[in-house]
Amino acid sequence: MAASAKAAIVGIGQTEFSKNSGRSELQLAAEAVRAALADAGLSGRDVDGTVTFTQDTNDELALARAVGIEEIRWASRTPFGGGGASATVEHAAAAVISGMANVVVVYRAFNERSGHRFGQPAQQARSAGFNFYLPYGLDAPTKMYSLWFQRYMHVYGLTNADFGLYSVVARRHAATNPNAWFHGKPITLADHQNSRWIVEPILRLLDCCQESDGGVALVVTTAERARDLRQPLVTVEAATQGNVIDGDVLFNYYHPDIARFPEAEMGARILYETTGLGPADIDVAMLYENFSPVVFYQLEAYGFCKPGEARDFIADGHIDLDGTIPVNTHGGLLGEAYIHGVNNILEAVRQLRGTAANQVSDVRHVLAAAGRSAIILGRGA
Amino acid sequence: MPRVIRPVPDLDDAFFWEAARDGRLVTRACAGCGRIAHPPSPMCPACGSVDWTERELSGRGTIHSWIVSRHPSQPDDAPRIVILVDLEEGIRLVSNLREVDAADVSNEMPVEVFFDEVDGFRLPQFRPAAAQEVSV
Repeated sequence: MAASAKAAIVGIGQTEFSKNSGRSELQLAAEAVRAALADAGLSGRDVDGTVTFTQDTNDELALARAVGIEEIRWASRTPFGGGGASATVEHAAAAVISGMANVVVVYRAFNERSGHRFGQPAQQARSAGFNFYLPYGLDAPTKMYSLWFQRYMHVYGLTNADFGLYSVVARRHAATNPNAWFHGKPITLADHQNSRWIVEPILRLLDCCQESDGGVALVVTTAERARDLRQPLVTVEAATQGNVIDGDVLFNYYHPDIARFPEAEMGARILYETTGLGPADIDVAMLYENFSPVVFYQLEAYGFCKPGEARDFIADGHIDLDGTIPVNTHGGLLGEAYIHGVNNILEAVRQLRGTAANQVSDVRHVLAAAGRSAIILGRGA
Repeated sequence: MPRVIRPVPDLDDAFFWEAARDGRLVTRACAGCGRIAHPPSPMCPACGSVDWTERELSGRGTIHSWIVSRHPSQPDDAPRIVILVDLEEGIRLVSNLREVDAADVSNEMPVEVFFDEVDGFRLPQFRPAAAQEVSV
């Protein structure tokens, strides 16, 4: 196969996003995969590859039994939780471009609110890797991340109210997205400032992503095969992970300058080098935000603004639907749902197909960045 | 009194906790090239050595970043100030800051280590450096 061969996302599917699905995580995964296959005009029999997170509880063979995948040639999982959300597409693309598989489904499904709740304080020691943190009270992702964010606030002179500027945008986008949990429920900066502290003086409640129940899925094959399928062509222009020595998913404290995000800067460098594109060529950006400050870091890492300028960039309306680089047009993980960042990739596909609830006009390239992995998707000719 | 989740030391970090029990703040230094790092790693990325010696640290440093850690739903659990310390030897370490109000904490504040039993477990803790008080 030619080196220029590309992968394509040919199907997207999801369950509803809720706080109490009332069904098993496996059922959510199966429903999402079946919906994505239907969207692509394919069936389980066409699938020969799967990709999900190491953290996903749904066994590949159990999924295969549920949706009728008869043989799996390629099964792989991505590390680093939501940071690896976009790496799922990298895995799937590698499989189909190399010929190791023909049709790969990416899935992520959980009852993250009604079942095992992510982000709750640890009650006991985990692995030795947590030894230098848990004994000091650094027992939840909110706190672990905040010790990183505080340096950014100090270096650039920001307060928590500045982070709220993003929360307001996310909730405004969710308010006009019927698929979003917070559909019809925008917030003001005053609402943000009145929400309770989660980690003082860094994060309030409205800086944090939701806890959601739901499942999402993508179908990936080659662009060549995609031309024979039913949906408008959405190509994977580039995909990479961003893992840098001395980095850590939860405790990103050891890089020389932690007011920056070296993992995202690595992702930006590779995506832009691979595609020949630059920040000005990206029409819409999906930026993973378990917590609002991560958007600030990523806006700067991907070159949409300079280091330290994200606050003014957001305040000046650049990430709004009519801004220079609309961000998280579905409401993001704060506003739509927290399906570990994979719902952001579905929105990227919708923007390129022209079917998003908050559609931006003439979208040609969408960045979907998840901190430690990122992709650029393109609208096929 | 805050609750301390006990570490579960393994072969790569047991030395740190044993030293802490004796009131010493230490790190590993590579026996091959002398490089120090925290958190500890079993192999030196610079020279490939898996041999190391224990190096005692001064316990002096400055605050790189800080937060107030409260349990989100158990208000009776005492809050703690968690800090990321730039130690003068050039490595960073997470610990707690004591003997100061959160309102008086600032980045770059000089701090010094002391050892204290917290919830029955001896931990390295930090407080504003004595030198700072003298200079006022």
